[in-house]
Amino acid sequence: MSDFPILSIVTFLPLVGALAILIIRGDEEVVARNAKATALWTTLITFCLSLMLWTGFDRTSAAFQFVENSPWIESFGINYHMGVDGISVLFVLLSTFLTPICVLASWDAIKVRVKEYMVAFLILETLMVGMFCALDFVLFYIFFEGVLIPMFLIIGVWGGKRRVYAAFKFFLYTLTGSVLMLLAILAIYLQAGTSEIPSLLNFVLPANIQYWLWLAFFASFAVKVPMWPVHTWLPDAHVEAPTAGSVILAGVLLKMGAYGFLRFSVPMLPIASDFFTPLIFALSIIAVIYTSLVALVQLDMKKLIAYSSVAHMGFVTLGIFSLNQQGVTGAIYQMLSHGIVSAALFLCVGVIYDRIHTREIARYGGLAERMPVYAVFFMVFMLASVGLPGTGGFIGEILVLVGLFQVSTWAATLAATGVVLGAAYMLWLYRRVIFGKLSRGDLKSITDMSYREVAVFTPLLVLTIWMGVYPMPFLEIIEVSVANLVEQHKTAMLAAEAISLAGQ
Amino acid sequence: MLSMSLLLPALPEIVLACACMALLMVGVFRGNNVTRSLSWAAVFSLFLVGFILSSIQTGRMTAFGGQFVVDDFAHFMKWLVIIGASLAIIMSINFNEQEGIARFEYPVLILFAALGMFMMVSANDLISLYVGLELQSLALYVVAAFRRDSLKSSEAGLKYFVLGALSSGMLLYGSSLIYGFSGTTNFEGLATLFNGLGSTEPGVGLVVGLVFLIAGLAFKVSAVPFHMWTPDVYEGAPTPVTAFFAVAPKVAAIALFIRVLMGPFGPLIAEWQQVIVLISIASMVLGALAAIWQDNIKRLLAYSSIGHVGYALIGLAAGTEAGIRGILVYMAIYLAMNVGTFCCVLAMRRTGRMVEGITDLAGLARNHPMLALAMAIFMFSMAGIPPLAGFFGKLYIFLAAIEAGLYTLAIIGVLASVVGAYYYLRIIKIMYFEEPAEVFDRTIPREVKFILVGAALFVTFFIIRPGVIVEGAASAARMLLAG
Repeated sequence: MSDFPILSIVTFLPLVGALAILIIRGDEEVVARNAKATALWTTLITFCLSLMLWTGFDRTSAAFQFVENSPWIESFGINYHMGVDGISVLFVLLSTFLTPICVLASWDAIKVRVKEYMVAFLILETLMVGMFCALDFVLFYIFFEGVLIPMFLIIGVWGGKRRVYAAFKFFLYTLTGSVLMLLAILAIYLQAGTSEIPSLLNFVLPANIQYWLWLAFFASFAVKVPMWPVHTWLPDAHVEAPTAGSVILAGVLLKMGAYGFLRFSVPMLPIASDFFTPLIFALSIIAVIYTSLVALVQLDMKKLIAYSSVAHMGFVTLGIFSLNQQGVTGAIYQMLSHGIVSAALFLCVGVIYDRIHTREIARYGGLAERMPVYAVFFMVFMLASVGLPGTGGFIGEILVLVGLFQVSTWAATLAATGVVLGAAYMLWLYRRVIFGKLSRGDLKSITDMSYREVAVFTPLLVLTIWMGVYPMPFLEIIEVSVANLVEQHKTAMLAAEAISLAGQ
Repeated sequence: MLSMSLLLPALPEIVLACACMALLMVGVFRGNNVTRSLSWAAVFSLFLVGFILSSIQTGRMTAFGGQFVVDDFAHFMKWLVIIGASLAIIMSINFNEQEGIARFEYPVLILFAALGMFMMVSANDLISLYVGLELQSLALYVVAAFRRDSLKSSEAGLKYFVLGALSSGMLLYGSSLIYGFSGTTNFEGLATLFNGLGSTEPGVGLVVGLVFLIAGLAFKVSAVPFHMWTPDVYEGAPTPVTAFFAVAPKVAAIALFIRVLMGPFGPLIAEWQQVIVLISIASMVLGALAAIWQDNIKRLLAYSSIGHVGYALIGLAAGTEAGIRGILVYMAIYLAMNVGTFCCVLAMRRTGRMVEGITDLAGLARNHPMLALAMAIFMFSMAGIPPLAGFFGKLYIFLAAIEAGLYTLAIIGVLASVVGAYYYLRIIKIMYFEEPAEVFDRTIPREVKFILVGAALFVTFFIIRPGVIVEGAASAARMLLAG
């Protein structure tokens, strides 16, 4: 079992699928059909294989599991090192779970250059999964930044009207942050003499350079999360990207930033993390409240959900930096549930966009009459986004708030108001789109969801409810690693205190 | 008596010189109708030289009374020159025929230029440095103006010549000052002298001479503020010549830069480091900003090459073994990316005529998906996006900069690379996001296609085994500093 390179297979199988699609020849329609089928099968098989991670994962250990390590750039001691722990394994599953859904969701929506589209998505999957598995800093960076290439093309080629602007903004914003992170990675490598993440987790960096490194990491991860005020690329990218692009963007790519904070900033730079916690709290609370208010006035459905994503990710960063068991667990849980719920919400928008070709909220109303099934699905995901008990969103939010409350009453109080605002804009959106009078001509002939669409939504629905009703299987996986992380942070802070006391 | 073993280190150069002259004779007697076979013969002789180079390589050796040196560093750089020069000849064969400028002088001149570069790379004395540089430059002036009926090409040649002469003048002036204040032109002699200085400041005359020397060399690598000739020459020269300019002379001049500054002037790093930092920053920033407004693909690549030189100079500014290793890796990758990109430019042809506007690439992804894919790979790589090779070039450079404590330089460098990414992305945008323009001719010559695919594969799959080139560069850098 231990010799079976499951992580490499899960990571690179999509790439193999992409190569297979590249060699498909023939006239356009045949190519498109075969490309879609190949992509779907590849992603489904990848997902099934990735379930081995779920079953084989040792829930009692905080160590990295399924580890693979082989030399890569030997003279620098940089290795091809893969492995997952309780923090990352669920994100791998989230990525492999969402990609087939994206492929299915693009089945009819993408009509031009289907082959290239599927290739881009499969490459994207490889990079996403690889990023969560990478246990070498340089390897991590390669996956982390490589994601930009397929995403740039997905937004730019298959996007909406202002796709070029959105694609450039997305690319350049993210690149600016990540090149600074690259310098920080190199600095850490030179300090510690290794780029292996497991050994770096136990390496103590001098306090005075921690602050700079932390800021460099922050530049990258804050853009990716995205945190206020560098979130402005997100609404543009979401609005212009094709539905599946938004799904993967909200579902997985946003998690990369928060994952970065969890994997690098907090454990490797504990003193700086502690020092900058007020900054993170301030920015996150602004994000939660301000973007919720902004979401209230949006006229475009996708934009509204994009802003809600910023608000939800604000909760995630609050949870991470409360640096206690509940907060961090809640943050991870919130990321997972947001990954599923926001993906589902974007798909909901996609369903009606495919029919009416507009995302303007005012153009809709009374859809419940013609589309009862759709109304039910939309309702569940909307309520999950609000954080209604019994859905995945609730567990994450309550844990974050509990964790946060122990650290800062004020922050918790302010964050809680965000929950109320979240309920306001989501419920209002739902009322305007689903209820009311069905007055517009083209809506009168709108059809309810097809079987394919139901098939896309059902797994998302099941997971949302499961995560809300019986969260234990997920929490079990997360808990031990988080406990270890929190414990290490405490030890590091105590050690730093001891040093500063000794110095006085 | 001159023993043969004394000449052994210079055997590749001697063979190359003989090949040049022999091919020249054949050309003179047989005329232009043998150009094609002459070109292949030139490529063959380059690889023969490469073979000799690899077989005689044993550590560090000097020849001609210390004027000439061979070591791993020279070896590495000479291989890059061989590859750059032979690809430039191969790329030109069909192009020159199509453009009606297929004359036998072309491969011969490229060979002479390559010979000059070999001398530059192995120079161990200010005089042999100058001789090599001039041999190279004179050949380059002529090939720049090779399309002599074209006003632009002639202008390019003339401009290159005038400015090149100016820079040679500066170089000579600097060398004479250095000689005047130190009493020697030999690199080892200079090194001993400067090492003997200890902590005392070198004389003003020496520093002024050094600055002139740097100015002359900066011109040859087209670093800001001595870059003005680059866009015009790149645009005016025939495309394979531009491809050649973009790689081989840059490699040789960078090698010379390293050899001079890290060798004899190594102890004076405090004097020249700030100058290099400054021209490095200026090159990166100007290369990134000025390229944004270019409409001609060759001009754009000229500014891009200015930017790339800026990055390479970061490694020199670091002044460490890691820095030199970074430069060597960077130049090897740069060569592959550039040759590949110019192959794409060569394929930009409509009804038999070259087109060079960036907008001519519109919708290339629909008309020529594979060509567009290759171009996109090169552009992403030049922007330094992983997992492509260009990223690794930047990685090693910035690693050296951080190690040497040049944090500001590194931060400016990465930020400039973001600005630079904008114009590379613009090309991808035009190819992928825009509606197709007219179709290009589907007659890409077989050799060009071959080079194109080779370069694209190299850039894409460099990630799998980066070790090969990195180890070579590392041992080259080690030997340079040890010597």
